[in-house]
Amino acid sequence: MIGAGKMKQYTNVLDKPLSKGRQEVSLSGFAYLFSELVQYNQTQVDNIGELERRLEDAGYAVGVRVLELLCHREKGNRRETRLLGILSFVHSTVWKVLFGKVADSLEKGTEHEDEYMISEKELLVNRFISVPKDMGSFNCGAFVAGIVRGVLDNAGFPAVVTAHFVPVDGQQRPRTTILIKFAEEVLRREARLG
Amino acid sequence: MAPAVPRSGDAIFANVERVNAELFTLTYGAIVRQLLTDLEEVEEVNKQLDQMGYNIGIRLIDEFLAKSNVTRCVDFRETAEVIAKVGFKMFLGVTASVSNWDTEGTCCSLILEDNPLVDFVELPDTCQGLNYCSILSGVVRGALEMVSMKTEVTWVRDMLRGDDAFEFQVKLLKQVPEEYPYKDDE
Repeated sequence: MIGAGKMKQYTNVLDKPLSKGRQEVSLSGFAYLFSELVQYNQTQVDNIGELERRLEDAGYAVGVRVLELLCHREKGNRRETRLLGILSFVHSTVWKVLFGKVADSLEKGTEHEDEYMISEKELLVNRFISVPKDMGSFNCGAFVAGIVRGVLDNAGFPAVVTAHFVPVDGQQRPRTTILIKFAEEVLRREARLG
Repeated sequence: MAPAVPRSGDAIFANVERVNAELFTLTYGAIVRQLLTDLEEVEEVNKQLDQMGYNIGIRLIDEFLAKSNVTRCVDFRETAEVIAKVGFKMFLGVTASVSNWDTEGTCCSLILEDNPLVDFVELPDTCQGLNYCSILSGVVRGALEMVSMKTEVTWVRDMLRGDDAFEFQVKLLKQVPEEYPYKDDE
């Protein structure tokens, strides 16, 4: 094609058929990529809080896209309107697609009404990561927390999501818990819906 | 002891642990987005992606050699074949093909029809100079450097810019003889 100022794509990416999601890459390939992400961000920040925030932001972008993709492909474009509905979507569907298995557990917080926890014995992203002592409570699960936040935010359930290590008796590596704290409006809406 | 038989890319891929390619694709997209926001210049992003690929390549080669049991390659032709058939399959789950050999056998092209990095990706007008898959060229360069081959890897065709496949050219600059870190005592 002559002339046109901007280059034309071979096919419009929106015209391409959506893949079934069965394609796989090696775990080590993903682990290398993730380690580069963390290493790059380490050079850009001065403290751990900022590093976690950057990882979360990266995860947020992934979450947004995962929600759109899965809503269309797995759920036939049905939208979740209830709290438990979206939580079980995250706990089962999202986890199954991204990590190959459903999350280990989904619990409601006992102390606060608005807290829920998704726990995993060993997060996929943390498998090959060891955190040095001087980094304290830093958890690369912040990336996964970002993914969850991206999904919840764009599904209409704004929340603050963080990742924590929870030591478990008898296990050498601590369990990772993704703590979800929903915003006021979500709980009010949930109460209204009965 | 009989030498281990080199395994085919498919066999190894079936044996390694795998993750969903979409997680991989989306994570890579997040990385590129972060770089674009931080660095803003497309050339800088290309360089940074290549550097990241290089860092990955120097570590990836160990795993590759350990899992694939390949014997020492006789010449660069074999090297390129091994990268295309075994290496790419083992890590990305797709095979590449090798072509366009020059007369001396030091320069060839690897062609990827299927690339998990670019699912769902479209380059906006502001980023037309971006070599989205620079990380792959960095990985190849880094891995080969660790086995004593200094190479130069450049992108020839890019599907995101309208071509029909991904092609990058690998040019062998020189074979660096292995240096022993110890000096013999005189």
